[in-house]
Amino acid sequence: MSKIPEDLKYTRSHEWLKSMPDGSIEIGISDHAQEALGDLVFVELPEVGRSLAAGETCAVVESVKAASDIYAPVAATVIAINAQLAEAPELINQDPYGRGWIMRLKPTAQGDDSALLSAHDYQVLAAEA
Amino acid sequence: MSLALRERLIFEYSRPGRGARGQWPEAPARSALDALPDGLRRQRRPLLPEVSELDALRHYTRLSQLNFSIDTHFYPLGSCTMKYNPRACNAAALMPEFLGRHPLAPVAQGQGFLACMYELQEMLKAVTGMRGVALSPLAGAHGEFAGVAMIRAYHRARDDLERDEIIVPQAAHGTNPATATMCGCVAREVAVGADGDADLEALRAAVGPKTAGIMLTNPSTLGVFERRIEEVARIVHQAGGLLYYDGANLNAILGKVRPGDMGFDVIHMNLHKTFSTPHGGGGPGAGAVGVSARLLPFLPLPIVAREPAAERGAEAPQYRWLGERDLPQSIGRLTSFGGNAGVLLRAYVYMRMLGREGMRRVAEYATLNANYLSARLQQVGFEAAYPQRRASHEFIITLKRAEQDYGVTAMDVAKRLLDLGFHAPTTYFPMLISECLLIEPTETESKQTLDAFVNAMAQILREAREDPEQLHGAPHTLPVRRLDDVRAARELNLVYREPAT
Repeated sequence: MSKIPEDLKYTRSHEWLKSMPDGSIEIGISDHAQEALGDLVFVELPEVGRSLAAGETCAVVESVKAASDIYAPVAATVIAINAQLAEAPELINQDPYGRGWIMRLKPTAQGDDSALLSAHDYQVLAAEA
Repeated sequence: MSLALRERLIFEYSRPGRGARGQWPEAPARSALDALPDGLRRQRRPLLPEVSELDALRHYTRLSQLNFSIDTHFYPLGSCTMKYNPRACNAAALMPEFLGRHPLAPVAQGQGFLACMYELQEMLKAVTGMRGVALSPLAGAHGEFAGVAMIRAYHRARDDLERDEIIVPQAAHGTNPATATMCGCVAREVAVGADGDADLEALRAAVGPKTAGIMLTNPSTLGVFERRIEEVARIVHQAGGLLYYDGANLNAILGKVRPGDMGFDVIHMNLHKTFSTPHGGGGPGAGAVGVSARLLPFLPLPIVAREPAAERGAEAPQYRWLGERDLPQSIGRLTSFGGNAGVLLRAYVYMRMLGREGMRRVAEYATLNANYLSARLQQVGFEAAYPQRRASHEFIITLKRAEQDYGVTAMDVAKRLLDLGFHAPTTYFPMLISECLLIEPTETESKQTLDAFVNAMAQILREAREDPEQLHGAPHTLPVRRLDDVRAARELNLVYREPAT
């Protein structure tokens, strides 16, 4: 059974979001998603400073089975990326909620986060998939 | 097939100074190299294998014996239409009169070839219901590029400059969104319903004043016929967009239903699939495009035209290439000459041999074989992804249950099939279905071959229950065992280095 930490928010497209103390958010992909993709071999990251519309493709994770887009969960600016992933994409497999974080975003406005899922709701979604 | 034989790299046969000297090109005169700047001249000899003619011949013959090919094995690779390539097509295309024709020779000296190309265009128009055909794109993705470029040119010519969105269904071939992006459009994905048909509500919500078009294959990559295709066409046309038909699955409907009648504006045809020229490592492709009336002015060049007899002088050739002066709005030329001539000739001969009746039978037997295979595999315990739907020319088996129950994956099954003498089906595509095999038997396989494949699959399912390790370790009998594809992708290394001695 894949891990779904209680303190995070999730999207229907399997990203997780963590609210940081400074108001920014950190995102990555869920344990369930990394399991479904299998061993990752490549991660394409955006440039720091790029502004993203909600739902815009902002990164790509690629395994031997499939390439999968990562979507910006809210309208935001990229303020940091996990550059280690370029050399070590397997960090996402090993520690999807920790060292496998993908990027930090600064939301451009008080965003509408009603589309985000709680850990419980995401668990239901992951069980169906 | 020689089992358990390992062939060394050709470099390992190399001995200094060995070679077929008689075949070496003459060294260029010193003065010919004078123009090359010093900085661009090689300082050391390139690392090339030095082998005799016999070494080289044996090496490549042995490699060819280690291969799975359509000439040696059943090859049910979904979405690839690996059918028999009739030898007669090859024989005709290899006639010295065709082989010796220079592409720059005057058209008067290539009337036979041009006549074949003209008839090929006409036959493709008739069987797809399109108004015009161009043969020059060199492969499926090249044809897709031509198709979306024409869609863009059409909107531009009407000063409709905002249309840059191409809609693709979730299950589309990966080349569809890639083509849209290459043509400067934005790919927009729409969901597929639970029954495998397009979700019309999602489509209605997605179309609008920015819609340039939609790219569809019918039957879809899920192996089912899109039943509401006319409704899809209406929605997209009403929004001002055009319909693109990805011809990858044309084999299922050949001679039965025509994309032109379904409302499509542009189509590419994989002649190497549907019209049976060697491909998939066995030869290059041909991705001819067909268009509806509104896209005729934008077809890529060149195209073969037949001049009505009344307009010809006594000596004038009957067939000629159309160029920029004939079609000023064309999207242009995508190749140096008229396309992959040898492939086009083989497809032409194949179509002439089939005739109108034969084409219909291609679709009938392709779907009969797929439905038979699907039913038999379900009988022996496999799970179809869409059991309620009739298969088209291909169908999807999902191993989700085997994965949960025995830890056996689609890749394990695929690798074990190689041990049992079958090329594996397509794995992990379409991505909508987990642990899937996409199986396309084609019309040229006998019931006995299909039954043998069912038996092999039944044996694999038994092994999954009783001895899953057997599957995890497969293939056991081939010269190359299970590859570490993760390591190969993470530590990409394509350079041979001589081992230190």
